[in-house]
Amino acid sequence: MAAPRESQSTRSPEPMAAVAASAAGPGTRAPAALALRVVAECGRSKARACELRLPHGTVATPVFMPVGTQGTMKGVTAAQLDSLGCRICLGNTYHLGMRPGPELIQKAGGLHGFMNWNQNLLTDSGGFQMVSLLALSEVTEEGVRFRSPYDGTEILLSPEKSVEIQNALGSDIMMQLDDVVSSTLTGSRVEEAMHRSIRWLDRCISANRRPDQQNLFAIIQGGLDPVLRSKCLEEMTKRDVPGFAIGGLSGGESKEQFWKMVTLSTDQLPREKPRYLMGVGYATDLVVCVALGCDMFDCVFPTRTARFGSALVPTGNLQLKKKQFAKDFQPIDEACTCPTCQRHTRAFLHALLHSNNTAALHHVTTHNIAYQVWGPLGPDFIG
Amino acid sequence: MKLSLSKVAQGYRLGTLNNLGRKGDRTMEFPGCLLYTRTGSAPHLTHDTLQVISRVPVMTQLTLSSLAEHYEVLEEYKEGIGKFIGMPESMFYCSLHDPVNPCPAGYVTNKSVSVWGVGGRLEMTAAKFMSVQQALQPDWFQCLSDGEALCGEVFSAKRARKSVDRSLAFLDECLKLQEQSEVLRSCVMIGVIEGGDILEERLRSARETAKRPVGGFLLDGFHGDAMTKETRLQLISAVTAELPEDKPRLICGIGQPDEVLECIEAGVDLFESFFPYQVTERGCALSFSFDYQPNPEDTLLQQNGEKEEGEIGDCIDKVTTTKRVPETSFEINLKEKKYRDDFGPVVEGCSCYCSPSTDPCKKAHNPCLLNCTDTVARGLLGT
Repeated sequence: MAAPRESQSTRSPEPMAAVAASAAGPGTRAPAALALRVVAECGRSKARACELRLPHGTVATPVFMPVGTQGTMKGVTAAQLDSLGCRICLGNTYHLGMRPGPELIQKAGGLHGFMNWNQNLLTDSGGFQMVSLLALSEVTEEGVRFRSPYDGTEILLSPEKSVEIQNALGSDIMMQLDDVVSSTLTGSRVEEAMHRSIRWLDRCISANRRPDQQNLFAIIQGGLDPVLRSKCLEEMTKRDVPGFAIGGLSGGESKEQFWKMVTLSTDQLPREKPRYLMGVGYATDLVVCVALGCDMFDCVFPTRTARFGSALVPTGNLQLKKKQFAKDFQPIDEACTCPTCQRHTRAFLHALLHSNNTAALHHVTTHNIAYQVWGPLGPDFIG
Repeated sequence: MKLSLSKVAQGYRLGTLNNLGRKGDRTMEFPGCLLYTRTGSAPHLTHDTLQVISRVPVMTQLTLSSLAEHYEVLEEYKEGIGKFIGMPESMFYCSLHDPVNPCPAGYVTNKSVSVWGVGGRLEMTAAKFMSVQQALQPDWFQCLSDGEALCGEVFSAKRARKSVDRSLAFLDECLKLQEQSEVLRSCVMIGVIEGGDILEERLRSARETAKRPVGGFLLDGFHGDAMTKETRLQLISAVTAELPEDKPRLICGIGQPDEVLECIEAGVDLFESFFPYQVTERGCALSFSFDYQPNPEDTLLQQNGEKEEGEIGDCIDKVTTTKRVPETSFEINLKEKKYRDDFGPVVEGCSCYCSPSTDPCKKAHNPCLLNCTDTVARGLLGT
C-alpha cells in the first residue's frame, strides 16, 4: 500500500447527491440512501479507502462487518459492539424472518429498534442459509421452497417475499435474493442460476418499497466461469442499484480460482459504487481482497471460533482451552486494546473456559470482533 | 477493620464496616450482599457489562470449590486472585462451597473437608486449605468447617455435635497456620457457626468460636428445607445474641428477598447474591416491589391463579423440572406468551443494565433470545 491517506483539504468532497445522481443520470429520482466517496487509492494495487454514507451513519471502508444471528451478536451486546467501533453489522434474515417474524420486528421499530442498535445494518436475503441448512429446499423460478425447522410449515421464499421481510427489518443495506449454487459445481446449472439471479434482481428492485431508505445490492454470480461471470456483470451493472456484492465464492474452490474471479469482478464493477465480497473473513484473505478492489467483508469465523475458545492473533489463533495456556500470564495479544486484552490473561481465560461460566466466551468473542474490526483493516491500513 | 453501628432495633443492625481492604481505606455498608461469582467471574458478565449496574457490591464472593483446582497456577502467578480474575479493585471473601451447587454429603473427616471443582473432588486438609488461601490472598475467607449436621434428610444430634467439634478443631489448626504466614496474617479469618438444629450445639459453637481471634462469623447450615422457618429464625437470633457486636455476621445459602429480610431482623449483616443467577438460569427475570410481602406463596397464587397452568404449558423449558416456573413471587417467566409482544422494560423505573432510560430492554426481545438459547439474554437477565 503506497498511497498516503488524502486529507479533506487536498480533495474536495463529492456531495452525496452528486455521487448518486451521476450514476443514475440527470434529474431522475428520489434522494439516494447511499453515497460513496473514494478518499484514497493505492498506486500499485486496486485497493481504495472510501467513506460510505448510509442512513445510520458513515462507515470507513475497507470494513469488516461482524455477523450476528437471531438478533444479537451471540455473546456481545449492541452497546459493546458500538464501543468496539463497529459501524455496520449483519442481521440474519433467515433466522429473524422465521423467528420472531417480520410483523413482530416491525412492531419493535424494525431490527434497529429490536436490537437497540443505532449503527448500520446489512441483511442478507435468507436464501443462502436455506440452501445450505436445509436439505429439503427446492429452487424454482418462483423462488426457494423449504420447510421451516421451527414449525414444519412449507414456505416459499420469493424475491418479493425476501424484500418484504427486509423492508420490515429496515436494514440499511439489503441483499437481493439470488440463486446460489456451489462454486465447485459446473455445467448448465451454473448458467441457469446466473440468469435467474438477474431476473430475481429485477424482481427485487421492483419489490423494494423503501428505496430512499434501504439500499438493495445486486449479487454477481456465475461461479468460477469467467464467461458466465462477465455476462452477469455486464447485465447487473446495467441495473440502477447502489452497490454490488460478489457472490458464489468462498465455498470450497481453490484459492487461485477464487482470486481470479474476485479480480475479474472488480475490474468490471463501477468505481463509484461499493463492492461487498460475501463470506470472506480470514485475515490473509481480507488483505488480498482489499488489494483486488473490494470494500466490504463479512464472515462468521471470528465469532464462531470464539465460541470454541479460539482467539485470533496476528500469527493465527490460540486454542485457549489447551493446557499450554494454563500458566500463560500474557493477554491474548499484547498489542490489542480490546477490553479483554486490557484486563485478562490467557491463564484466566483458560481457567474460565473450563468452567461453565459463559463469560469466558464473551471475553473471547469481544476480542475476536475487535481484532477483525480493527486488525487487518485497521486505521493504519492505508498508510 | 472497624464496625460502626448507626442503628440497632429489635435484633437487626444498620451500620458500616470501615478500614477494610489491604490499604485499610475501604468501607462496606450493612446489611448488604457480596457479588456472586463462578470461577472468579460474575456469571455471563464481563467487566464492561457488569459496570453498567450502578451499585455493584464492594466485596466479591469467590468460592474455594471453583478455584482450588487452579492452586498451582495461582501460586506461580503470585499476585493474588483479584488481579488474576481481572478485578484488582474489588475486595474478596472466599467461601468454602458454592451456594448454588450443593456438594455431596459424606466427605468430611476429622482431618479434611472435600470441595468439588470442575475436575472432581479435592480433599482439603487444614494445611492444604491454608496454602490455597495463601495463593488466593483474599481479604476475608471462611475457615475450613464441617457443615454437615444432617444424616440423610434429618438432623442428628450426634452429627451436629461432631460438626461443631470438628469445625472448632479446624479453626484452631488454621489459626495456628495463619500465625506462621505473613501473607495470611493480612487476611481476615471468618469463623463458622455450626450445630444443625440443636440449640445447645448452636450456642456452644457461637460461644466457642467467639473466643477465637476471628474477624467475623458465618452462620452455616441454615439453608435448605431441613429446618422449618420458625426454627431457623429462632436459632439465628439465639446465635447472633451470643456473638460480639463489633464483628460482622454472614450467612450462606440464603438469597430470596423475604428470607434475607427475616435474617436481617434476626441479626445477620451480610448475604450472598446467588439468587439472581438462579432466577436467570430458569429463564426468569426479577420483578418485585420493594414493599415487603409477608406471605410470598399466597401472593404467587393470587397473582397467577388458574390461567397460569395453561401458559406454563406453552413454555419451552429446556430443563425438565417438576417445579413451577416462575418459582417465586419475585420473578416473571419471560418465556410466557404474554410477554412475546411486550416491549416495555422488565421493571418500570429500574436503572439496571436491562432498562436504563436510554437503552430499553424489551420484554419481547428476551423470549426470542431464550428460545434461541442465546447467552446474551442470560447475561442481560443475570444483572
